[in-house]
Amino acid sequence: MDETTSKLAFDTDWQYDPAPESTDHIRIDEQYELFIGGEFVAPKEGRYFDSINPANEQVLARVAAAGKDDVARAVKAARKAYQTSWSTLKPAERAKYIYRIARVLQERAREFAVIETLDGGKPIRESRDIDIPLAAAHFFYYAGWADKLEYAFPGKQVAALGVAGQIIPWNFPLLMAAWKIAPALACGNTVVLKPAETTPLTALKLAEVIRDAGLPPGVVNIVTGAGDTGAALVDHPDIDKIAFTGSTAVGRLIQKSLAGTSTKYTLELGGKAANIIFADAAIDEAVEGIVNGIFFNQGHVCCAGSRLLVQESVADEVIRKLKDRMESLIVGDPMDKNTDIGAINSPAQLAKIEDYLRIGQAEGGEMYQSSATLPTTGYWCRPTLFTGVSQSNRVVQEEIFGPVLAIQTFRTLEEGLDKANNTPYGLSGGVWTDKGAKIFKMTRAIRAGVIWANTFNKFDPASPFGGYKESGMGREGGLHGLDAYLELS
Amino acid sequence: MADLKDKNTRLTVGKTYKLYIDGKFPRTESGRYYPLHNKDEIIANVCLGSRKDTREAVVAARKAFAGWSGISAYLRGQILYRIAEMLEGRSEQFVAELVKQGLTKAKARTEVAASIDRLVYYAGWTDKFQQVFSSVNPVSSAHFNFTVPEPTGVVTIIAPEESGLLGLVSNIAAAIAGGNTCVALASYSMPLSAISFTEVLHAADVPAGVVNVLTGSRAELTEQFAAHMDVNAIVYCDGDAAVDREIQLHAANNIKRVVRRTGIDWSTEKGQGPYFIRDTQEFKTTWHPVGG
Repeated sequence: MDETTSKLAFDTDWQYDPAPESTDHIRIDEQYELFIGGEFVAPKEGRYFDSINPANEQVLARVAAAGKDDVARAVKAARKAYQTSWSTLKPAERAKYIYRIARVLQERAREFAVIETLDGGKPIRESRDIDIPLAAAHFFYYAGWADKLEYAFPGKQVAALGVAGQIIPWNFPLLMAAWKIAPALACGNTVVLKPAETTPLTALKLAEVIRDAGLPPGVVNIVTGAGDTGAALVDHPDIDKIAFTGSTAVGRLIQKSLAGTSTKYTLELGGKAANIIFADAAIDEAVEGIVNGIFFNQGHVCCAGSRLLVQESVADEVIRKLKDRMESLIVGDPMDKNTDIGAINSPAQLAKIEDYLRIGQAEGGEMYQSSATLPTTGYWCRPTLFTGVSQSNRVVQEEIFGPVLAIQTFRTLEEGLDKANNTPYGLSGGVWTDKGAKIFKMTRAIRAGVIWANTFNKFDPASPFGGYKESGMGREGGLHGLDAYLELS
Repeated sequence: MADLKDKNTRLTVGKTYKLYIDGKFPRTESGRYYPLHNKDEIIANVCLGSRKDTREAVVAARKAFAGWSGISAYLRGQILYRIAEMLEGRSEQFVAELVKQGLTKAKARTEVAASIDRLVYYAGWTDKFQQVFSSVNPVSSAHFNFTVPEPTGVVTIIAPEESGLLGLVSNIAAAIAGGNTCVALASYSMPLSAISFTEVLHAADVPAGVVNVLTGSRAELTEQFAAHMDVNAIVYCDGDAAVDREIQLHAANNIKRVVRRTGIDWSTEKGQGPYFIRDTQEFKTTWHPVGG
């Protein structure tokens, strides 16, 4: 070993034994219907689609595809529930229903974690320790707001909006459902939720929980389907509010679709966050933060730290340590408790990521991937980084939504800041330094809605989340997340 | 202009009304104008601002943003208060100008007084709304976590058509009190007070580019106010459904925030409040570990 590398010796006889999570205790039905008006009903046009396990390409279940009529039926059920039960219920009672959802999710956490991992491909370690507990915590947090809303906005009267249409992505299926449903219900709205077509199962399981918790029929309705189902929801005239999490391209279409209407909307869109490492940072911790920033959930994270900006004097050291750390990441069976990086969510997403790998190289970037052995079936991408890229390169500008990191260097604080802000996005950012004053200078100057200093990718129900610029508008989480579901007067 | 009927009467000097861009007073680069009438009399040849004027104003506003959002809230408050002082000192001029544009003297006086008071009101908010709208968030992990409002950036304002001075002042004051810079399109039918107000801004040490005011056709300029890719938010006050739709369509191109302020009687307390500031704020949440 020369002194430029400190590569750990992984080529020993020591191997990790498989540590698969059991699937014995979970139940996935062969077919799922739409959850409308408190019952599971067949789609009117009789269309279904398969939900696939991206780690082995096996079909997990057939799921109903909601057409326009189904969406209309769901909106009608939500409107009726809003008028007849939910808006007349005492807020304290509303709270208790939401607390019930939180409790049942905690009780059934393991089942939800397993299904989340099977359906979406994320490592069981993440669905078990992050997605499901956070989803339950989100319901628990917002439940308590239901009878305290008048304290949230000084000088204002608050009222529910009515029926909320909510469209969520496939990267954190249950957690995003919780982010959407919990504040909407707490504020007294009823809901029609559309999960992503590649990951509908935990939302349908949540429908069971909501039914079993005894919520009045129609307060929450879940319509599965693809983009056309979402469009039908956005275009429905009896929706008071659209909440969308997904790409900036689709967010733009939604904003256009709602032009000329009085429908309110909040959008949580894409990102291209910079993780900025100063020379005085605790380098080993920073490397962990970079890894967490871009390889968490296969990089399928809108706030991922997909750009690394490292101060020139420590760039070689950081990149070397990063490569070493990447070598230790276990890519493979998401159900294995040792797995760090699971399956890419869908073949379409894998194709998009691979496109960017080609583009990055064609533009002159130098690509490095770990030597991880990939399973032969399923959709996989090795942890990847690009060096030698510049600000105008597409892998620096565009959201890839995969485990692909673009690395640039900077000399002065101002240069780092300029590069960090040189993007139409503004969802998140990271700063690593030992100097408190520098932290505050940077965290104030980065134009983004969530800034992590000496940490990255942390989430909490009490913590508002959302973007500046083309990363969207409105906040989810915390007191500020209530605003999206209330009329202030 | 009134003729010189008596040779002992002094001929008054009329004012050429200009635009206000980047702290300067150019006529429109397009050379175009529209005549403003009071009954049969032409009282001004008002600039018919162009798309290029708009672009230049947005460039100026963007350039001014870092400075204006970077100064202390206290200083922003003092500058807003200074605008009120300057307006108070020139109130007779503004009353006369509003009368010239068709208001009764009593109404004109009320509007000027309300405009001054509104500036004082927002001067007081510059260092307080953050405390009302920010939060320290009790997260479950070992992190210190807080949320604060920050200005969204460059804001375009289609100022109220029916309230030439007070409507304009109310919307500009709320935007800049929060640290934004802005480009406002004055009322088409009552543009004179808007331009005279920029002279007050200029005298009050408002840095160049923080406020830019154009006069001109709404039909012509609204599109660019809504579509410009370096504008973060647009405030629309007129409530025309077709225009509102057009604004949303263009705004979507860069996920611009669209703030609608229709049906507001600017002369009442409903025409002010910290929520007008909040409309053009972003919320930033910062995390830091707590540990040894």
